[in-house]
Order: sequence, then C-alpha cells, then structure tokens
Amino acid sequence: MKLQQLSLFLENRPGRLEAPLTAIANEDINILTLSLADTAQFGILRLIVKEWETAKRVLEQAGWVVNLTEVVAVDVLDRPGGLAAALKILEDAGLNVEYMYAFSLRRGDKAILIFRFEDPDRAIEVLLDKQLHVVSAEELMSFVP
Amino acid sequence: MLRELWNDAEGGFHPASAPDFLPQTALREVQLRRLRAVVARAYEHVELFRSRLDERGITPDAIQRLEDIQRLPFTVKTDLRDTYPFGLFASPMSDVVRLHASSGTTGKPIVVAYTREDVEVWSEVMARTFAACGMHRGDILQNAFGYGLFTGGLGAHYGGEALGATVIPISGGNTDRQIMLIRDFQVTALCCTPSYFTYMVERARELGVDLRELPLKIGIFGAEPWTDGMRKHIEAEAGIKAYDIYGLSEITGPGVASECCAQEGLHIFEDHFYPEIIDPETGEALPDGEEGELVLTTLSKKAMPMIRYRTRDITSIITEPCSCGRTIRRMRRIGRRSDDMFIIRGVNVFPSQIEAALLRVEGTLPHYQIILTRSHGLDQIAVEIEVTPEVFSDKIRGLEEVRKRLAQAIEHIIGIRVELRLVEPRTIARSEGKAKRVIDRRNEGS
Repeated sequence: MKLQQLSLFLENRPGRLEAPLTAIANEDINILTLSLADTAQFGILRLIVKEWETAKRVLEQAGWVVNLTEVVAVDVLDRPGGLAAALKILEDAGLNVEYMYAFSLRRGDKAILIFRFEDPDRAIEVLLDKQLHVVSAEELMSFVP
Repeated sequence: MLRELWNDAEGGFHPASAPDFLPQTALREVQLRRLRAVVARAYEHVELFRSRLDERGITPDAIQRLEDIQRLPFTVKTDLRDTYPFGLFASPMSDVVRLHASSGTTGKPIVVAYTREDVEVWSEVMARTFAACGMHRGDILQNAFGYGLFTGGLGAHYGGEALGATVIPISGGNTDRQIMLIRDFQVTALCCTPSYFTYMVERARELGVDLRELPLKIGIFGAEPWTDGMRKHIEAEAGIKAYDIYGLSEITGPGVASECCAQEGLHIFEDHFYPEIIDPETGEALPDGEEGELVLTTLSKKAMPMIRYRTRDITSIITEPCSCGRTIRRMRRIGRRSDDMFIIRGVNVFPSQIEAALLRVEGTLPHYQIILTRSHGLDQIAVEIEVTPEVFSDKIRGLEEVRKRLAQAIEHIIGIRVELRLVEPRTIARSEGKAKRVIDRRNEGS
C-alpha cells in the first residue's frame, strides 16, 4: 500500500532544479507528481515516478544524493472540504503528518493526497479502518500514460 | 633462499626490516656514529652550516654524545629557498643522480638531491615501510602517488620494487582507470594521499564497483594529515587496512616513518632519521612523550644532509614498546602542522579541529572546505560540507538539524560563529594530490 518517494538534495541556486529533471527525462521516465520544499540555502525535491529504481540509479550515478522514503497516497473527492474531512480523521486518530502535498488527476473527480507519516503502517491501518481509500502504487501508476 | 623464506612466511618480516628490531643500545651506537659523520660532512661541504657553527664557536667534534645534537643550529624551510637551487648540496653534481623539487606554491620551489647511495637508502626505508604495513613479495602495488618532481611517486616506486612487490606506476589522476586496474589487475595494495583515496572510494561506489569484494587489502596513505575517523571510513568502505606513513622531501620523501600492523603510532626509521621534539616557541628540546614540533636530522644522507630540520609538524614520541616487536621509537600520528594553522579574529585554528567536529557529528568525514572572507573589516569563516547519503533527510527539519549540529560542534571547538553551508555532492573540487582545505579570500579585496 506504500509508495516509494525519491528525495533529492538541491542547493537553492538558479538552475539547480532543471538538471535532475532532465536526467530522468532522458531515461524516458515520467513524473507522476513532485513537490519542492526549500529554505534560503537549500531545497529538497520530492518525486513520485513509476520506474523509481531506474530513476534512483540514474540520479545517483549522476552524483545526486537520493533518499528513498515510503509515503502513503489517499484519494478524496475533488471538491471543497474533501481534504479537510480526510485531515480530520488523521487528527482524531493522533497520526503525526511529517509533510504532505496534493495533486488532482486529469481524469475523474478525485484528488490525490500524498502523506509522509512518522509511522506509515499504523497510518494505513487507521485510514482503512475509517473507510478512506488508500491508493496502491499499481493503481496510481495506472494513471501514468 | 633465505629471502624467499622471509617473504613467503605469512606475517614474517622482510630482511630489509632487520634494523627495525635492533637492540636499543646498538641503535644508539649506530646513530651516534652516523651523526658524527653527517655533521662533519655538512661542516666540510655546506657553507651555510659551516658559518653557523663557526659563529657559535663549535666544531663537529662537539658531538660526543647523541644529546650534543642540541648544541647544533636548526635548519628551516627558508634556508632551502635562500640557497636555491643547489646551495645546501654536500656532493658535487657528478655524484648526484636525482633531483626532486616541491610544487612551490609560493615563490621558488625547494630542491632536494640524492646520490646513488641516498636513493638506495630511500628505497630501503620505503621497503621497510611497505613491510611494516604487511606487504610481501607477491603483492601487487598500485602506486597512485604522483610521479615527477614530487617525491611520493618515485619514492614508493623504488621501495615497492625493493620489497619485491609488483609495482603499477599509474601515478595520480584518471580515477576511473585507477578503479578499473584495481579490479582487472587484482591489486592487493595501493598507495596515494588519503583524500585521493576517499575520492576513489566514492567514485567506485558511483561506478557500481564494490571495493570490499576485490583482493585489495592494504592501503598506504600519506603526504597530508588525516584523522582516525577518516581511517575508519576508508577501512569500512573499501574493506582494507589503512596505514599512515610519513615523510617530507627535505628529509628524503616518503619513508621517514610508518605505521605497523598495530596502527598505534608511526615507527621512525631512526637509524637514518634522528628525531627530536622541541617547543616550537623556544626551540628547547622536550622529553619523549611531550607534544611539540618534530625536528629531524638525516643520519646517512650524502647529497643534501639536513641537520635539525624543523618540520613544522606537531607530534610526540611514544617510548612504550610496540606490540609488533619493533624497537625503533614511534611518534603519534601528525594531527596538525603549524603551517596549516590559520588565524581568524585572533584565534588559532587548525583544519584538523574542524575535521574532528565534523566527524563527531557525522560519524564519517564528509568532503568539506573552509572559506575565509572579510566583510566590513571583520573576518568571517564559512564551512561548506557536501551532503552525504548518511545525513540527507527528506525533511527540511531533519536537514536543518544536521546543519545546526555541525555548526554548533565547530563553534564549540573554535569558539567563533561559523556559517555552515550544505552543498550538493561533488561540488567541492577533488584533489588528486594533497587536499586543499582552506580557501583564504581575505586579501582579495572587496
């Protein structure tokens, strides 16, 4: 049920984002979604791609430090209040969210939330128990052209 | 026959190592005899030395006991520059078979000379170095010290051959080829600077070569100070035993001192290089065990004897017997040189202090660089550190904590605020020789 997310260390300088993205584009790897967190000095690029093993290898060979993290995807209805309802459930269950990001799919009426939990296994149990739809890697990747 | 027995016995010693095991009394007799001869030779042939002795009203006969060496004047690096190029030679050029020179980062290089006998002694002490590091005939030695004017390459080359090892004279650089040959030639021992090997380890990992699975088992590293933490990192990542060796061109090049299997200090080949420890401020000789500046006298050098040469390296002599059985004395690993030190806002700082702080936080030594700048008349210090997989986190908070821990560890040691910058891997220039740790831009104008 967990997804593999790649994280990359980047310096916060102009042009630093383009190089890793080009490196994986050259391998014909399509990015499902990404998020960028930054401070004044550095940034962390987080990527979800289908062929994460290839992407990780390519990036590491090109010299980037790549970290593999397990994240959890949940889909909610793409309408006002959809996210808030899901967050309420997590909060009630006392689940600690390290960070999250969201994106909506091109087809369908669903939005996907990506969560980085302290304890992803317990989080999945709670989410399933509360009837939320945890999106598996296979399901998610079926959306990638 | 005997030679083969020595060589082939696992853990046995090479015959060249015999002087390492001389009884102390015999060793002191050899030292005194050679000291008297070298002082007489320098007095006769080196004008600078003769005039300094004459000024003091002493003659070579003043050396009756080893302690009398303290009556002799020091030789310093500027003496070599001032007499450039051949002013300190004690042999006619017709007897000199080799010249080496320093890279000479400031002004003129320093030049050193060898007679045929000097080259033989140098080969012998390098063979003793390799033997002390556990090498035998049959070992395949990849010599990645730079060949050329630098003494590292040729010194290790001759020593490797004298030991009976198979030497690959690859020199420094071309890292991908280095890794290819380590694998294809089934290399068992390798020598270079520790910073270059750290880079080789990193590059091998990128190329998908696991050095731990190869026959390489002995690493011999020198020409720059390195820490025990760096050693642990190298040993774990490459699956080798990493040994520290010591030398300097002015004395002979590599081969002045070497670790042994115990890895607890470096045995000084004191039958050829007489060590003293002095207080660097007063020049007073210090007793064994006390930390100070290492001063060396070449006991058998013909072409260019060095009498009481001030190395600027800070260490102390270990008198306790070594578990390896060698009777020649040891010195502690050189952690710092008085030359490497920089002064910032009136505080003396050694790069090794910053290294120690980084090691304490990260566990292994990352690639780093110290950058000194001046802003509005105030000196600033920044430390750039390459992010490693070990400390990288997918969380901003995680990285900020690493940054804070590193900065605090450094500030705690040097007592000055540092700007700590995490940088991408491979952005700090790699060196194929000695690592350049400090970039001083304070006088570049602003």
